[in-house]
Amino acid sequence: MKFLSNAALDRLRAAADAPDLSGTRYQLVDKLGQGGMGGVYRVEDTALERKVALKVIGVADPGGELAARLLREARVIAQLEHPGIVPVHDIGTLPDGRVFYTMKLVQGRSLDEHVPQLGSIADRLRVFEKICEAVSFAHAHGVLHRDLKPQNIMVGPFGEVLVMDWGLSKVLADANPPARLPGAISNAGPGTGHGAVLGTPGYMAPEQARGEKLDQRADVYSLGAILKFLLNFGERPPRPVVAIAEKAVAEDPALRYEAAQELAADVAHYLDGLPVSAYPESAPTRIWRWTVRNRAWLLLILAYALMRTLFILWRGK
Amino acid sequence: MPDDTQIGGRNGKFPATRWSLIVASRSAQAEERQRALDTLIAAYWKPVYKYIRLRWGRDNEQSKDLTQEFFARLLEKDFLESYDPEKARLRTFLRVCVDRFLANEEKAAQRLKRGGNVQFQSLDFESAEGELQQLEIPSSETMDDFFAREWVRSLFSLAVERLRRECEAQGKQRHFQLLELYDIDEGGKELTYEQVARQFGVKASDVTNYLAYARREFRRIVLEQLREMTGSEAEFHREARALLGMDVDLP
Repeated sequence: MKFLSNAALDRLRAAADAPDLSGTRYQLVDKLGQGGMGGVYRVEDTALERKVALKVIGVADPGGELAARLLREARVIAQLEHPGIVPVHDIGTLPDGRVFYTMKLVQGRSLDEHVPQLGSIADRLRVFEKICEAVSFAHAHGVLHRDLKPQNIMVGPFGEVLVMDWGLSKVLADANPPARLPGAISNAGPGTGHGAVLGTPGYMAPEQARGEKLDQRADVYSLGAILKFLLNFGERPPRPVVAIAEKAVAEDPALRYEAAQELAADVAHYLDGLPVSAYPESAPTRIWRWTVRNRAWLLLILAYALMRTLFILWRGK
Repeated sequence: MPDDTQIGGRNGKFPATRWSLIVASRSAQAEERQRALDTLIAAYWKPVYKYIRLRWGRDNEQSKDLTQEFFARLLEKDFLESYDPEKARLRTFLRVCVDRFLANEEKAAQRLKRGGNVQFQSLDFESAEGELQQLEIPSSETMDDFFAREWVRSLFSLAVERLRRECEAQGKQRHFQLLELYDIDEGGKELTYEQVARQFGVKASDVTNYLAYARREFRRIVLEQLREMTGSEAEFHREARALLGMDVDLP
């Protein structure tokens, strides 16, 4: 009997769990990661001669619940065509009976790995704005993500930001989703559970942790937690930005931003040197900010007034 | 046939599915009980031998005797009668049994002198000792982890051997050779499917298909063996998750 080295044991383990791609257009390259629902693999699409990511369920699914969840995830993402949301290419069932979908292979790193490279506060806020835009787009289509966290955000080599892992997403009942989106589900309803905790502690809104009915403010909370995460690195964050993050993660949803778009707008205001709704300023601060923003005009007016005065004085002589 | 032990499974055949050696070991039929113990010994004798060598620091001769004596006592004393799948994994239960057995080593030695009536001639202790010399044991590894890893090695070795026999019987040697190349031998991963296809004189798509077949069959065999080696459904699912990174439901 052949001796199996530790490395061989690891390879056999991985091989036994690898998706069966025989008879498909895909060739396995390697494994990219493992989630609660299954694994994500880098595969070669031999028809189009390009590499894509293949997500496949890897767990027991006698009732077909997880297969339905994976299909639902793929269909939700497919309806959300946005530069900040990873596109789905294909969907199907492998010869081993496991359901899969393929998506764009995102070359880059997750936000938690990438954040040390984001030097200034402004750089980090610009990335954050892009995350908010993608989430806001999903909300506009009646979809909540429900598991936003730095590990689920990918930052590409050209600064592109992609929101990943829509496995826990929820289609809002009272929203007006595109006709082909799968139907609305309750927070603890089928297609989301399989005994898993929905969301990630630290990034999950309190009402989500309590299993209550959710709306888009639950994602706003997670976005606020991501913003706080981004502010933990490097220089000390300015007070208005801290106030934005604090407002987003308010315990009471009523005290948060109503929408991701509002949160993004406040961040944009800060970047443009405008006042932010989360940070009421005193009158002198407001005057100073107005002065700084309009200093070019003010200097021109001052220069004109000075010249005019000098001219009058000269004429009076 | 290069087989370390013939005690592990008559004709190398394992029951299809849903057969647990725990249930079989308590069967009224002597043949069924014997088959259960054969299966248990086939999977566990190497981990037990290596564990005695490392955890208890016994030399190879002592470890051989103690390993054989341990399994002899399993046969004599109906050890498995006291095993409760609700309380512990079978693997953990057996390791604790080994510890208890070694703690009472003097008595065990006396029994050996008195009787020594069971000898497992076919246990290839030389190969077990050879493996022990090749092992890289991380310093951080506990003896519990060590025993668990050796059990996985033993389980996978049996599965690979059974896969080889089954592939040969079905004229699918090439399927097994590809698994051997990619997943067992060192360096196989460096080769592209095209290179391997040329080497084997097949199409690249055949490499994908053959390899997928061998991996699927390997997974099936491992899971069947695992089901035998575990005391309950819950333990089977837990072990499958730990072993293969997945929970499973056999057809």
